[in-house]
Amino acid sequence: MRLIINGESREVDAGTLAGLLTELDYEGGWLATALNGEVVPARERETCRIADGDRIEILSPMKGG
Amino acid sequence: MLELYGQQFSSRLLLGTALYPSPAVMADAVRAAKTEIVTVSLRRESAGGKTGGQFWSLIQSLGVRVLPNTAGCHSVKEAVTTAQMAREVFATNWIKLEVIGNHDTLQPDVFGLVEAARILSEDGFEVFPYTTDDLVVAERLLEAGCRLLMPWCAPIGSARGPQNVDALRSLRGHFPEVPLIVDAGIGRPSHAAAVMELGYDAVLLNTAVARAGDPVAMAGAFGQAIAAGREAFRAGPLEPRDMAVPSTPIIGMAAFS
Repeated sequence: MRLIINGESREVDAGTLAGLLTELDYEGGWLATALNGEVVPARERETCRIADGDRIEILSPMKGG
Repeated sequence: MLELYGQQFSSRLLLGTALYPSPAVMADAVRAAKTEIVTVSLRRESAGGKTGGQFWSLIQSLGVRVLPNTAGCHSVKEAVTTAQMAREVFATNWIKLEVIGNHDTLQPDVFGLVEAARILSEDGFEVFPYTTDDLVVAERLLEAGCRLLMPWCAPIGSARGPQNVDALRSLRGHFPEVPLIVDAGIGRPSHAAAVMELGYDAVLLNTAVARAGDPVAMAGAFGQAIAAGREAFRAGPLEPRDMAVPSTPIIGMAAFS
């Protein structure tokens, strides 16, 4: 299925948000995720189903002012 | 001591972590400034989150408290969602709330800011609102649940220093019990000292240190200037006078004619 991940269209196989992170080689306890504009806490990623056309944001800590 | 949302701090300098020549220089600047609070952000990253992980490890090694920001957010929805994501990643209720209203000046959208501050305060956040020096907006932010204010003194990164000292004075006078932090527009240690002499509680800086010729030395200079400005405020600075007033006594002068 095709998702919009961090603003870019990508073809992926995973059915859950946790599976998606693994498939895309994201790792670490410092990641933040959102599905279609709503925050998905880390503990809910295993059960969070994703579907064709979903917009996913995966953010990590960065320098800031 | 500086008290922010019930937490006490010795340092009155909050430092940003962006724009330094390298992460090592940033870390040295944080140490040189003796700052206890640094600002951080959340961003998309292509390297599987590994760069973010390294940055986060470095910040954690500094033993400072983090203040995540919502920099770059232009809507209430963006700012609120970013704040919620930051709360999870950084494990803090603190949020430096920015809702930007203009691309050129990076001035806050004060209407969106008040709305986002209310939503986040009701959701348990401790909001550090990046605002203008407008008195009425300040009142609205306090009504919305903010227990401190962060007015700009000039546009972000402009290094112009205090542009409207009367407005800053007015805020200080109206809210004697509210922690006031000047956020944005400071260029030199003398600017920081000047706002501290007005009775401001702290200063938040980034570009002025990170883009200095020697960021680590400048971080130290800012630390000293802020401490000096605070001490001067406590000591009660002399108000300007229209006329000269001699400091040496007139009485007892010799007469030679």
